[in-house]
Amino acid sequence: MKQQLKIAFWMTIVTTVLFGLVYPLVITGLAQALFPAQANGELIRKNGTIVGSQLIGQAFSSPGYFYSRPSDAGSGYDGLNSGGSNLGPTNRQLIDRIHGDVQKLRNENPDTPVPVDLVTTSASGLDPDITPAAAKFQIPRVAHARGMTEGQVSALVRKHTEARQFGLLGEARVNVLELNLDLDATHPLR
Amino acid sequence: MSANGWFQILLFLAVIFAITKPLGAYIARVFNREKTFLDPLLRPVEKLIYRSTGVDEKSEMRWTEYAIAMLMFSVVSLVLLYFIERTQQWLLFNPQKLANVGPDIAFNTAVSFTTNTNWQAYTPETTMSYLTQMAGLAYHNFTSAAVGIALAIALIRGITRREMKTIGNFWVDMTRALLWILLPLALVGSLLLVSQGAIQNLKPYVTAQLMDPQRITTTGPDGKAVTQTVTQQTIPQGPLASQEVIKELGTNGGGFFNANSAHPYENPTPFSNFFEMLLIFAIPSALTYTLGRMTGSQRHGWAVWSAMAIIFLGAVTVAYWAEARGNPQFAGVDQAHSTLQPGGNMEGKEVRFGVADSALFATVTTDTSCGAVNSMHDSFTPLGGMIPLTNIMLGEIIFGGVGSGLYGMVVFVIIAVFIAGLMVGRTPEYLGKKIEAYDVKMAMLSILVTSLVVLIFAAIAVIEPFGTASISNPGPHGLSQVLYAYASTVGNNGSAFMGLNANTLWYNTSTAAAMLLGRFFMVIPVLAIAGSLARKKTAPPSVGTFPVTGPLFTVLLISTILIVVALTFFPALSLGPILEHLLMAAGKAF
Repeated sequence: MKQQLKIAFWMTIVTTVLFGLVYPLVITGLAQALFPAQANGELIRKNGTIVGSQLIGQAFSSPGYFYSRPSDAGSGYDGLNSGGSNLGPTNRQLIDRIHGDVQKLRNENPDTPVPVDLVTTSASGLDPDITPAAAKFQIPRVAHARGMTEGQVSALVRKHTEARQFGLLGEARVNVLELNLDLDATHPLR
Repeated sequence: MSANGWFQILLFLAVIFAITKPLGAYIARVFNREKTFLDPLLRPVEKLIYRSTGVDEKSEMRWTEYAIAMLMFSVVSLVLLYFIERTQQWLLFNPQKLANVGPDIAFNTAVSFTTNTNWQAYTPETTMSYLTQMAGLAYHNFTSAAVGIALAIALIRGITRREMKTIGNFWVDMTRALLWILLPLALVGSLLLVSQGAIQNLKPYVTAQLMDPQRITTTGPDGKAVTQTVTQQTIPQGPLASQEVIKELGTNGGGFFNANSAHPYENPTPFSNFFEMLLIFAIPSALTYTLGRMTGSQRHGWAVWSAMAIIFLGAVTVAYWAEARGNPQFAGVDQAHSTLQPGGNMEGKEVRFGVADSALFATVTTDTSCGAVNSMHDSFTPLGGMIPLTNIMLGEIIFGGVGSGLYGMVVFVIIAVFIAGLMVGRTPEYLGKKIEAYDVKMAMLSILVTSLVVLIFAAIAVIEPFGTASISNPGPHGLSQVLYAYASTVGNNGSAFMGLNANTLWYNTSTAAAMLLGRFFMVIPVLAIAGSLARKKTAPPSVGTFPVTGPLFTVLLISTILIVVALTFFPALSLGPILEHLLMAAGKAF
């Protein structure tokens, strides 16, 4: 019994050093050497300033930008409070929130039903993507706000639409931050 | 539902099937101490570990010694984790200068990670330093998984040995599981995840300037509306990939960030998602082959695998169907599948995964004791959310936790052959071993502890105000939240209907108790069975022996599992998710 306790003590120390320190530090070194951009978070810089990460969504509310999905991370896309709404399917709060958002979006595009991802919060609250359907829904508003034709905006959306990975896995998506950066670069807001 | 969604699900099962034999055979070689291609690299490390810790690798243990060694190691490593959490502000690798973790959360977390549960009542990005994540939490992801594998191997040895008192050496089994199985897969896997965009650094959090500053109105402490302009976003960093890979491979499930595998840094692409699901099922699936290989009845291993695969397919079908149908109460919303969107119930789901990969991940993570999530189970439709809940109630034996899935399944196999023995009026046998009263009692004990803990704790929590105050979704969904919390903790799963406010005195205490009871009242009876079986003679099969191979056995095993669980939990499920489903269809909200 006492001998087993002694082994347990030393085993904890030795394995903590090996698996708790050596292993993650070796991986950190390898990752930094092999994949520096990915290992440091796919950050996007504009004129030297970090404007975000390719993988982390941001909130947009000006009509000239494509909107991201609603977010329940903190007050919205708060990087320190990732998470979903966790509202259940029969929770009145959820039904009312969606109803309210649908009314607002219907004003700008009255003839089309609202794509579901545009009125539901994501699991992380940091979803960088919207579906191609949600992008298409917003094209008239963005085009109008920027004085572009819908065809021009459409072409940019197509450029930033990523198909299923290897044509097979996951779902097609549009990265909102990259699309908006491209909009600003090619057709700045007046 | 879409053809592509089904294709992804079936492709996943096909890949799991393909890796079962090679990985399972390799695991058998590791624990039979046969030569492997990694020996030249790992054997010196192994010897060094034994020398520095005082382990005699030639000695063997009785089941009681094995249990004591396992308990000692669990206690000592639990204390070290608690100590690291409580002192992290004075230690290394803390660029965010996070404070020491409070005592109740530190204890709950230490229990949670030692028992392979990874229930998280805290927000990691604002609570845990990089050192705590690496040397505390990720470390336990390795060891609790290695302990699970060791226990499964000890049970298999019990089945195969004849008239022997010992079942192996705990320290050797655990060390070999760490070095030969977990470490190589974790090394390769973490780099693969980094290549997809999982971060791996020790840098402070990054501040980004928002393109479109947001005006946000919140209610201040005095009840008045406060409007502020948010111009920046803080993006957390850290040594994530090295932890992410073992989180799945060891079926632990504790997220580096609060959003777990839904967080774009933890699970950046559909491929990383597919790979993470493979990691979760890889070892549990392979262990069925190891069971067959080590007991000399490969067909028995495949019969067990088939039972698991059939229940898995049934569960994922229901979950995918329910989520793809969406929520009938979302008026004016387009939830239909089209070329431009997958549709379905997207509340609490990520666009890159859609409903198919979310339903699949939810099934995979709860079939096993993993508990990582890539979508929020609380926001699933009632029947979609019932699948993860039911999977956990089954005891996480559909492939199951690393090691714990296999020994949990063998317990059900023992019950199944016992029932078959009663039906034909013969003494039940399992692979040549007579199953006697002692073995059946131990098997029943480990099955009963789950149902006792879930039903009793949940009953208290839905009656008393200290329990109901934490419920965030009213109506029948509230009962589902409470049931899920106790099923998840006693099953050492760790996923949650996350709306439930579990960070209260009652829930922190009762879930910690559930985690300990679930782990050790499962493990000790299993080791007792291993010890009892090892002592027995092996009888050659006779005409009266019920075969544990082939479709008849698979069907019997599936029926046993479903009947035991249905009898225990159907009343609770009918008042929770099933009632909610009927009310949702009738247009009711709460």
